[in-house]
Amino acid sequence: MRFQRGVLFAFLILVTQMGADWPQFRGADTTGVSADKLPTRLAESIRWTVDLPGRGLSGPIVVGNQVVLTASSGFSQDRLHVLSFDAKSGKLQWERQFWATGRTLCHEKMCNATPTSASDGKRIFSFFSSNDLICLDLKGNLLWYRGLTHDYQNASNSLGMSSSPVVVGDTLVVQVENDSESLAVGIDVETGENRWKLDRPIAANWTSPLVMTGANPADSVVVLQSSKGLQAVEPHSGKTKWTYDKGCSTIPSATVANGVVYVPSNGLTALDLRTKEGGPVEVWNSGKLGPSTPSPIAIADKVYTVGGAGVLSAADAKDGKSLWQLRLQVKLEDRTSGGQFSATPVAADGHIYLFNEEGVGLVINTAGEKGEVVSTHDFKEKILASPAISNNALYVRSDRHLWKVSN
Amino acid sequence: MLKRVVLFVGLSACLAGESDLLQAADVAPLLKTIRAVSSEGKGNREAAQAFQQLAKSGPETLPTLLAGLDGANPLAANYLRNAIEAISDRAISQKGKLPVKEIEAYLADTKHDSRARRLAFELLVANDPANRDRLIPGMLNDPSVELRREAVARVISQGNDEFDADKKDVATATYRKAMAASRDDDQVKLLKQKLEELGEKVDLPTHFGFLMTWRLIAPFDNTAGKGFNVEYPPEKELDYTKEYEGKGGESAKWAVHTTEDEYGIVDIAKALSPFKGAVSYAAAEFESDKDQPIDIRLGTPNSWKVWLNGKLLFAREEYHRGMSLDQYKMRGTLKKGKNTILIKVCQNEQTDSWAQRWQIQLRVCDPTGTAILSADRASKSSAAGAGGD
Repeated sequence: MRFQRGVLFAFLILVTQMGADWPQFRGADTTGVSADKLPTRLAESIRWTVDLPGRGLSGPIVVGNQVVLTASSGFSQDRLHVLSFDAKSGKLQWERQFWATGRTLCHEKMCNATPTSASDGKRIFSFFSSNDLICLDLKGNLLWYRGLTHDYQNASNSLGMSSSPVVVGDTLVVQVENDSESLAVGIDVETGENRWKLDRPIAANWTSPLVMTGANPADSVVVLQSSKGLQAVEPHSGKTKWTYDKGCSTIPSATVANGVVYVPSNGLTALDLRTKEGGPVEVWNSGKLGPSTPSPIAIADKVYTVGGAGVLSAADAKDGKSLWQLRLQVKLEDRTSGGQFSATPVAADGHIYLFNEEGVGLVINTAGEKGEVVSTHDFKEKILASPAISNNALYVRSDRHLWKVSN
Repeated sequence: MLKRVVLFVGLSACLAGESDLLQAADVAPLLKTIRAVSSEGKGNREAAQAFQQLAKSGPETLPTLLAGLDGANPLAANYLRNAIEAISDRAISQKGKLPVKEIEAYLADTKHDSRARRLAFELLVANDPANRDRLIPGMLNDPSVELRREAVARVISQGNDEFDADKKDVATATYRKAMAASRDDDQVKLLKQKLEELGEKVDLPTHFGFLMTWRLIAPFDNTAGKGFNVEYPPEKELDYTKEYEGKGGESAKWAVHTTEDEYGIVDIAKALSPFKGAVSYAAAEFESDKDQPIDIRLGTPNSWKVWLNGKLLFAREEYHRGMSLDQYKMRGTLKKGKNTILIKVCQNEQTDSWAQRWQIQLRVCDPTGTAILSADRASKSSAAGAGGD
C-alpha cells in the first residue's frame, strides 16, 4: 500500500510538472489548450518585455522557470540563436549561437527561426528551417548537433520550412518534407542518432506532427500530416499504426481532443480514433470550416478555425454543425486591423487567445452562445508565432520582443 | 560533522583543480574526437563526452579551440563554438582573463577559418567593447563576410556624411571604396543607388561575377517531370553545331544568348520559347589562368543539375519555390585553361501565373563572394556588347 501511494504520489508530481510546462508547439499534448487561468485583459497584464536578436517566428516554450525560444540573424539568416529567459523576471539566463549547416533561404515572410523548439524537461531541442537540430541541456550546454540537410542534402524548401518537432518519451520526431527529398525521423533524445527514418511524400509541407497522448509514452502515437493524408506512427519504432489517405492541408496542422482528430482535409474533417481496431473513422466533414494558416483548436465540445478572411468559426465537435462566426476585426485609433492570421491560437479557461499578423491580440470568450471579444491589445509588431501558456502566464513573441502576460 | 565538511571542501577543491588541469596537450585528443562527428549522428556520443570535458576547461584553452575550428566539418564546428562560448561566458562573468593576445593573433591571421575569426572578434568585443571600433575599420577587405560587412557599413556611413556635407567628389570616392569591398546584396544595392545619384556607373555583372553569355538549347521532353532523370544528348556530348529532335518533334539546336540583366538572370522562356514540360540546357565556357577552387552559385526557380567539366556537382528537383541570389552554393575546381559549366534547367507543366519562370542566374566566386572572372571576360564583353563572362 505504501509502495502504491508512493507511485501515485510520484505520478501526481510528474503530471503536475508536465502540466505546468509548455514544452513544444501547442503545449505538451499539442492541443494548444491549457488548464491555466490567464488574464483576459492583455494591455493591463504585461509583466515584462525583453528584446530579442535577429528574427524569429518560432513560438516560446516553457520548461520549469525557463522560457526558451530561437532566433536567426545575419544577412543570410545563417546565425542561429537559442535563448533562455527567467520566466519570473524576464532576465536572459543564457544565449547560445550556432552556424547553420543547411540552406537558409526563406520567403521574406518567414525566417530561419520558424519551427518551435521542444523539450523533454531535461533537454531542449531547437530546430530551424535550415534543418539544423540542436540539443542542449537546460544550462545551454550542447549535448548533440544534427544537420538534417547536411545528412540528406536535398531536404530543404526554398520558401522555408516550419514544421516543429515533438518529443514523446525518449524519441524526438522531426518532419522534413519538401518537393525534392522528404523524410521523418525518430531521434534518440540521448544521443541524437536515428531510431528510424521514414520516406515521406515528395511535396512541400509545413505542418507539424500531432501527438495523441496515451496512458504512457508507449501508448502514444505521433500523427504525420501531408498532402497525401495522415500517417500515425509509434514514436519509438516508427512503425505505422494507421493511415488516412484522403489528402490534407500542407499548412495548418491537425489537432486532437478526446480521441478525435480534427484534420484540415477538404475543409475540416473529424476522425474518431476510439475504435476497437484503432484506425480512423470519419465522423463528419465540413467544407465551411477550412482553416487558413493557423491550426484548428478544440475546446470542450467545440472546435474552432480561423478562415482566410479573418473569421473565427465555431462548430459542434460532435457533428461539425456551425454554431457561430465572429469577424476578427479590431478598430484601432488609426485603422481597422484584422484579416491575416498566421499564429495558431491557444486557449485557457474557455478563452481563445488570437494574434493577427499586425500584432493585435484578441481574447475571445467562448462560454456563451456566441463568441465575444473580451479585450484587444495592439502589440504594434508583426506576430506570427503561436504563444505559450505556463503557470497562469501567456508568453507572446514577435521578431523583436518577448512579452509575459499574467495576473 | 566536521569530517563531512572537510570532505566536501576537499572534494570541491579536487573538482575545481580537475577543470584547471586541462591543458593544451589534454585538449588535442578531445578536439580530435569532436572533429570526428559526422552524418546521421555518428560520433555524437563520443563528442558529447569530449565536449563536457572541454567546456569545463579554463580560458587558456580558447586559442587551441579556435585553431581547432580550422578545417572542422560544419557539425564539429558547432560543438567547438558552443564550448568556446561556454568557457568565455564563464570567464567573463567570473571576471577572469581571456588570453586576449593569442585570440587577437588568431583574428589577425586571415588564413584561419573565417567564421572562427569572427567568433574570435566577438570574444574580444565581449571582453572589451572598445575593440569593435579599434578593429573593424581595418577589415574592409577581410575574408570574413561578417567582419567585412561591418567595415563596409562604416564606410557607407562616412560617405553619407560627406554627401550631406556637399563633398560630392569625396563621397563618390568613399562609396566606390565601399562598393569594391561590399559582398552582401543589400549593401551593394544601396551603394549602386548612391553612386548612380552621383552620376557614376556601376557594373554589377562584373562586381558579382555573373556569367552573362550562354549557349542554350531546348526543348527536350519533361512531361510529368520525367525528363529530369533522362540523359539527353547535351549530357553526353557538348557539340554546339549539333541539332537534335526535341519534344514533340521540335528541332533543338544551340543558340548563343547574352543577357543584359544586371543581375545576370538568363530568361530561357524569353530567349528561346516559353515551353512547358520541357528540359533546356545552358552551357558556358570559363577561361581560368590557373588551377583554383571556386564557388559556383546558382539561383533558379526550376529543377536543375550542374556539371563542371563533365562532373556533376549537384542536382535538385524543386519547381517554383522562389529564386534568389546565391540560392545554391557548390564547390568545384577550375583547371587552368578552358572550363565548361553545363546546367540542365527543367520547366514543369504548372499553368499558374507564378509558375512560368524558367530562369537561371549563375556566378563564379570565392567563398567570401568575391567575383572570379573568366580570363577572357573583357574580350567577350566587348564582343557581346555588355557584361561578358
